[in-house]
Amino acid sequence: MNASASRIARTLLVAALASAVAVGCSKKVKETPPETAPVDTGATTNPVPDTTMPGAYTPADLDSDACLRNRVVYFDLDQDAVKPEFQAAMACHAKYLRDRPSARLRLEGNADERGSREYNLGLGERRANAVSSALQANGGSGSQLTVVSYGEERPVCNESGEGCWSQNRRVELVYSAK
Amino acid sequence: MPQSPRRAVSRCFALLLSALAPLGAMAQSQGLEIDIVGGNAAALPIAVVPFGGDCGGTDVAGVVRADLGRSGQFRPQDVAALPERPTRGSEVAYPAWRMARQDFLLVGRCLADAAGYRTEYELFDVARQERLLGFALTAPAASIRDVAHQVSDAVYEKILGVPGAFWTRIAYVTAEGLGRNARYALMVADADGWNPRTVVNSTEPLMSPSWSPDGRRLAYVSFEGGNSAVWIQDIASSARQKVASFRGINGAPSFSPDGGRLALTLSKGGNPDIYVMDLGSKRLVQVTDHFGIDTEPTWSPDGGSLYFTSDRGGRPQIYQVPAAGGSPTRISFEGSYNASPSVSWDGKMIAVAQGAGNTYRIALLDRSLGSPRWSMLSPGSLDESPSFAPNGAMVLYAAREGRRGVLYAVSADGRVRQRLVLAAGDVREPAWSPYRKK
Repeated sequence: MNASASRIARTLLVAALASAVAVGCSKKVKETPPETAPVDTGATTNPVPDTTMPGAYTPADLDSDACLRNRVVYFDLDQDAVKPEFQAAMACHAKYLRDRPSARLRLEGNADERGSREYNLGLGERRANAVSSALQANGGSGSQLTVVSYGEERPVCNESGEGCWSQNRRVELVYSAK
Repeated sequence: MPQSPRRAVSRCFALLLSALAPLGAMAQSQGLEIDIVGGNAAALPIAVVPFGGDCGGTDVAGVVRADLGRSGQFRPQDVAALPERPTRGSEVAYPAWRMARQDFLLVGRCLADAAGYRTEYELFDVARQERLLGFALTAPAASIRDVAHQVSDAVYEKILGVPGAFWTRIAYVTAEGLGRNARYALMVADADGWNPRTVVNSTEPLMSPSWSPDGRRLAYVSFEGGNSAVWIQDIASSARQKVASFRGINGAPSFSPDGGRLALTLSKGGNPDIYVMDLGSKRLVQVTDHFGIDTEPTWSPDGGSLYFTSDRGGRPQIYQVPAAGGSPTRISFEGSYNASPSVSWDGKMIAVAQGAGNTYRIALLDRSLGSPRWSMLSPGSLDESPSFAPNGAMVLYAAREGRRGVLYAVSADGRVRQRLVLAAGDVREPAWSPYRKK
């Protein structure tokens, strides 16, 4: 009894020390994205609850955090599904919105130049809406989000070819308030 | 013969005058150039003789010659090949024109008078040796080009039985630069590209100009407020009002044939749908209600229905719906992508941007016969925004050449195309005006 009690006590002490060390040694929090298996269903995936969160984002992280610095989500032709490679960005930006209730994020949807300009306004909006849904599914608040579509009217390049088209099929995350 | 040196001098003088004229000629040197591609073997040979007298600095015959040639229906004789230079009926000797194999002959002269310039013109049928038209038009010097276009319209209609659309205008959007340096403008010019004039200037995108049926106003989309919004602007006074700036997309405005309503696309309900706004009360009626993208409404000539683009079936196709609302019916069944409908004045033809793979071309759906017939009007590969001339004889559209956008006008039978090139920047979204009123 004494032995098991002392074993339990030792375990607890070790655990307490370990967590103290963990807290003491951890730097300002760098978001570790939850390990979700990529599932390309064309729908947003449910996030794994973040159990590694020690601290909140600040505006300076927008420029220094590797995940938050991802401000563009790219899309495949005629698609508005948020691809798995952008799920990490959805999670960290959603966390930023939660940590910063005063933050306001504009989601600017775009399309490549092919096809009707007005129809491409609709495509751009679908993509921005998909990003908005993904951010909300990751815990961001819809009240902090505004969706705007520029269709094909604001290209970043104007060559005709997939190299340029793929750069224009995008949603840009623009913080209008941090 | 004594007239030739004087005419040559007056032409030099006219060139000098036009070089000094403030906006008109300077705008032309950086305005639209017109090259003609293709041709029509059945085009009617017509001789248009330089007009006599002083036409206030405008080469009226030159404007008429260019108009008629551009239509693809006529082949005007080269000025250098004209056997004679009559300026009135009494000077016309038919044998010379029969020998020159011309079917028609147009002569005329201008005289300065108190009100400006009086332009007299006469049209002759060479084979029948008879005069078909004889008219006079008076206008100030600044409007002589308009007079010339009216002469072209009269000649065209007399010979072909179809109203001419030379005295019309075009609206279009220009864009230069990328990103922070982007500049956009909404322009109006004569249908031959002359006299371009800026209607709106912006650092944010402009789209989708639509003419009111009286030709005095343009509806358009502007992003100047940070999101798309629909504006209506009076061209002469520049007075304008914002008519739609709801949350989401505000786009694709289209005036009804009676000018009292505006069809447009709004996504405030969650996805882009077609609405009709009463321009008096600003009340909105929702016409389509579907989770797909419904956009680009355009009115049937009787104002009773709307044609529009919808991807409710998967990819964009053309649908028709009663303007008051109801069940839309699909009308395009060829091609995997059809968008941007433009309807001819008689409702019989619909021009669309049709996509197959990466190639987008202008196609024409002819519903005047029993079963619908498709024809290709343009070669592609990134053609869009077709717009019918008010007489249904030609279609204006936007094409890409290298990194820049240019406009083309193609005859409805596809036989002749003209390229209109803006010297600087990118030109797109053309809209052909209605007939102009005197």
